[in-house]
This record gives sequence, C-alpha cells and structure tokens, in this order.
Amino acid sequence: MTTTAVPTRTLVIEREMPHPQEKIWRALTEGQLVEEWLLKNDFQPVVGHRFQFRAAPVPHWNGIIDGEVLVVDPKSRLSYGWGSMGLETVVAWTLTPTEGGTRVRMEQSGFPSEEGANYKGARYGWNHHLNNLERVVGGMK
Amino acid sequence: MPVEADHVFKALADPTRRAIFEGLAREGEQTVHALTRRAGISQPAVSKHLVILKRARLVGHRREGRETHYKARPQALAPLVDWMSVYGAFWRDRFDQLENLLERMDK
Repeated sequence: MTTTAVPTRTLVIEREMPHPQEKIWRALTEGQLVEEWLLKNDFQPVVGHRFQFRAAPVPHWNGIIDGEVLVVDPKSRLSYGWGSMGLETVVAWTLTPTEGGTRVRMEQSGFPSEEGANYKGARYGWNHHLNNLERVVGGMK
Repeated sequence: MPVEADHVFKALADPTRRAIFEGLAREGEQTVHALTRRAGISQPAVSKHLVILKRARLVGHRREGRETHYKARPQALAPLVDWMSVYGAFWRDRFDQLENLLERMDK
C-alpha cells in the first residue's frame, strides 16, 4: 500500500451572528439543537467521544458521517473529526465575542488538494458522473 | 506524487469497476472473494479490475494472513469532485439554518 503525503486544503466560513456566545455554544453542542440545524447525531461535548451524524441514506451513500470529539473549550472552541466515504476531515468551530454578538468561524481542513488546473478540461463530459457523486454528498442537504 | 487524472477517469469509465468501487465505498473493506460473489463475474476478472482501480489509487489494499482486503480511497476522486465547493454549499446552507434556530431560541 502506498501512502503519500497529499497536500490538503481548508474551507473557512465565518459569519457574525447577533447572538450571545453562550447561546451559540449550546446550538453547537447540545445534540437535539444540533439536529435542528445540522444533522441527526449522538454527539456529546466530551473529548474522545465517538459519534455519528446521520443523514437520510441515498443510493451509494449510507448517510453516515463518523465523528470523534477532538477539542472542547467551553463557549469558544469545538473541534471534531468528520469522516465520510473515506474522506477524513476535521471541523473546528471558534466563537469570538464581538460588540454586536459573536463571530462564528467554521474551518474544515484535510480536503485533498486538486493538483493543477489541468483537470478542469478533463472534467468536461463527466458531468453526469460528477452529478451522481455530488448527489452522494448532496444527500446531506 | 499526484495520481494522473487519466487513470482515475479510465478506471471509472467502466460500469463494473464503478460498481466495485461504489460497493467498497458503501460497505467498507472486503476481500476478493466477497467482491467476486457480489460482482457476478470470475475472480480473475475482478482481480483485473482491482489492478486498474489500484493504479488510479481509488482502491487500497492490505494483507492479513492469506487474505487481501481491499478498500475504497474516495479521496482519489478529488480530480472529479471539488469537495470544497460541495462542502462550501453545504455549510453555508447549515449556517443559515443555525441562524434560524438561534432566532427561534430567543422565544
């Protein structure tokens, strides 16, 4: 088996929300609240806790995301592993108080990088297959 | 060392190989015997497909005793799927839902 150090990419989404840090922390860490905006889960804010996010299964995807809690720093930092279909990423949340509320930052790291732009041309004609693959991941919507 | 995109495209152009790959992605690690039972073709044929999938790094393997276990490496799909844009749309949508929830929690 070959293992290569693949360069990875990180997705960052940041938004300021007019709500107190404590409340957002609850929405990120209380399983029932998490289900309301993200996915069904058996999450607990305990480092080392293994859990699953469950979406409705779609063809070729069982809808399961495997997680493990990595960091719990109450009201400010939360991080967990996010593994689905062999893609292993890490999701890290950071809450920072601002004047009008809280800045919510989500960083998902560990995406395989796309080597070079030459794939862009090669993609053409693969739309059908791509759509299927996207539907697999899109089942999470 | 990046995998050549050609290998990935070629590997997935064949419906039997796609079925093998999808089966591994869905069900997790499997032996050639298990894959053969499912594929409905001969074991040598399955092995040939696995060679092509391995060359594209879509499939990895490990030996345990006399058995070889194969598993999917969906990260090799990176040339086909821009995971960042898929997840980007996913999280933006979830951020909206989080804000909706926060509004409702006020009440």
